[in-house]
Amino acid sequence: MLNQLANTKVDRRDGKLAMAHFYVAFIALAIGGLAGLLQVLVRSGKLELPAGIGYYQILTVHGVILGLVLTTFFIIGFMVSSVSKTAGTFTTRQRTLGWIGFWFKTIGTAMAAVMILLNEATVLFTFYAPLQAHFLFYLGLTLVIVGTWFDSAAIYMKYGQWKKANPGQPSPLLTFMTVITLIMWDVATLGVATTVLFQLLPWSLGIVDTVNVGVSRALFWYFGHPLVYFWLMPAYMAWYVVIPKVIGGKMFSDSLARMSFILLLLFSIPVGFHHQLLEPGIDPAWKFLQVVLTFLVVIPSLMTAFSLFATFESYGRSKGAKGLFGWFKKLPWGDARFTVPFIGMLAFIPGGAGGLVNASHQMNQVVHNTIWVTGHFHLTVATAVLLTFFGVAYWLIPHLTGRTFTKKMNKLALIQGITWAIGMTFMSGAMHAAGLLGAPRRSSFSDYGGAAQAAEWVPYQIAQAVGGTILFLSIILMLYIFVNLAFFAPKGDQEFPVGEVADQAEKTPMVFDNWKLWIGITACLILFAYTLPLIDLIQNAPPGAKGFKFW
Amino acid sequence: MHLHKFEKIWLIFGIGSLLVFLTVLGVSAFYLGNQPPSCLATIDPEKVDTQAPFNEPGLKKVEGKEWEYELVFVASAFNYTPGEVQIPKGAKVKVIATTKDVIHGFEVAGTNVNMMLEPGYISELVYTFNKTGEFLVLCNEYCGVGHHMMTSKIEVVE
Repeated sequence: MLNQLANTKVDRRDGKLAMAHFYVAFIALAIGGLAGLLQVLVRSGKLELPAGIGYYQILTVHGVILGLVLTTFFIIGFMVSSVSKTAGTFTTRQRTLGWIGFWFKTIGTAMAAVMILLNEATVLFTFYAPLQAHFLFYLGLTLVIVGTWFDSAAIYMKYGQWKKANPGQPSPLLTFMTVITLIMWDVATLGVATTVLFQLLPWSLGIVDTVNVGVSRALFWYFGHPLVYFWLMPAYMAWYVVIPKVIGGKMFSDSLARMSFILLLLFSIPVGFHHQLLEPGIDPAWKFLQVVLTFLVVIPSLMTAFSLFATFESYGRSKGAKGLFGWFKKLPWGDARFTVPFIGMLAFIPGGAGGLVNASHQMNQVVHNTIWVTGHFHLTVATAVLLTFFGVAYWLIPHLTGRTFTKKMNKLALIQGITWAIGMTFMSGAMHAAGLLGAPRRSSFSDYGGAAQAAEWVPYQIAQAVGGTILFLSIILMLYIFVNLAFFAPKGDQEFPVGEVADQAEKTPMVFDNWKLWIGITACLILFAYTLPLIDLIQNAPPGAKGFKFW
Repeated sequence: MHLHKFEKIWLIFGIGSLLVFLTVLGVSAFYLGNQPPSCLATIDPEKVDTQAPFNEPGLKKVEGKEWEYELVFVASAFNYTPGEVQIPKGAKVKVIATTKDVIHGFEVAGTNVNMMLEPGYISELVYTFNKTGEFLVLCNEYCGVGHHMMTSKIEVVE
């Protein structure tokens, strides 16, 4: 493909912007990981937190710093690098927007963090009203979101510039995937921005006395589910485009990759009610409609699974593999850039299956708000997505810092991936099992007044502590590798792997770059799924709720 | 756009299973009536204690309804009223609950009774208690520092 703007190396100035994001992301990993370790230890019943630190304060740190900060900063850093690599160096103006975005996000994070540490915002990362945090906590989160809007603007401008310079050409795949993920993110964040700016901020400042809880929750979950796709889609970028090159094979199909991203855009937003299935105030028919829309993401997920394994099998066979599964042995298992994300892909199979249970109209009742759910998203975001991000960091950090990923680091990275898999098997497995027995999520250790049922959960909680401790060791290993790659690894050229399409694949149709069409369909689906139930929540609202600080 | 033959088979099989699955959910929901708790009634959260049925929490026998008993719970940080209740085995019970302050959960461990309680809304669910024994009622939505202390007990007796 003729691409005049693509770079062999990410421009140094763009690399600096990306690295700034990665520093914040890995500091977040350190803090959030420590919080996670403390939680599993407290919940085993064997540890009490010193100095009056609360379990729920630590839990808020864990959720905010890992679910929002680590993910967002890593993703934006990866996107900036991918676009700079495949669509060309950012202009000074675009890069300035990127830096403004970085500082908005960083200052916002610091504000929220200070409020959490002062125990003014122990409301967990979902900040459900009418628990009322300090207004600076909400303002900090707003700044993080606004920061990502600046990042999006910079990337949209770069994309527009590329299109102008390459008329009639489909955009580079990594850039296309970045743009579609950001469109989904920007549309989704409108929901959380609306509830924070128009409901929670005025209410926490005392300008209004009460808040409409039903509307606030609907707006939050309008954002909350696409949030998980915002984590997942960058991992898919690495799976579709980077991994084929890492193993030395070809991408299965450019068009199918684009198609699956379009479907993810369409079906990731009008689905928030599947997080609210057990709630009053929403008609069950609307819940069911959103359940059906939720399940349509099964289609791009199946397409992705097919593409990945087709790539793996084609590669293995090109190396002379025989028999039905002979290709499996030919994969480069000694290369952490492949193996660590591959562990993530495997985790996504039970993770996805558990997700089907959670979103099911009726089965949700068995597992809702039990620790099963925590087990579920530690497989999806905290294994499938995170191990893929680690796998990206292994080559991207040295690529940006002009260093190399040495054999020694590769070995440590393999150990890191394997210890993660072992720790997570214990922790997530025990969480799933305890959840089915009824153990709640987001709860400190309790014997529930000596209830026999609660006593049954304790062995599982100890297993969670064992798994969580192994995971923490794995995090320390990851931080060591990160510091090495950023500051100490030998100087050299580390490749940014971008896959090419297999020879027999056909030309990519231009319809995929038709944003009016895709944004239009997205908007129609959202209006269809949300307009009437939202009007209902507003028109038939009960008296508003006053704020409470119960921590 | 060209699809590989194997991918066509894979997607037809996948989408087919999806349709069967969604049909099962839909028939269960709309024909068999297995809908998640979605009560649309509202209440002033500050006047819960003075309004029926929440002015008299506990179990009450009712006549002429699809269910034999109504079990009323009031939640507030960090307790449930009543703190303990006995139910005869096999009773078909409509659980009716609400909260006076923040959002709480209402889960009866070991059963499928599980719903969200939100200020201003009433939550309802019908369940038949077919097994004897003690069942722990607990809050499964974070509500504050005493969240994990918030419990009640249902005893199903012969």
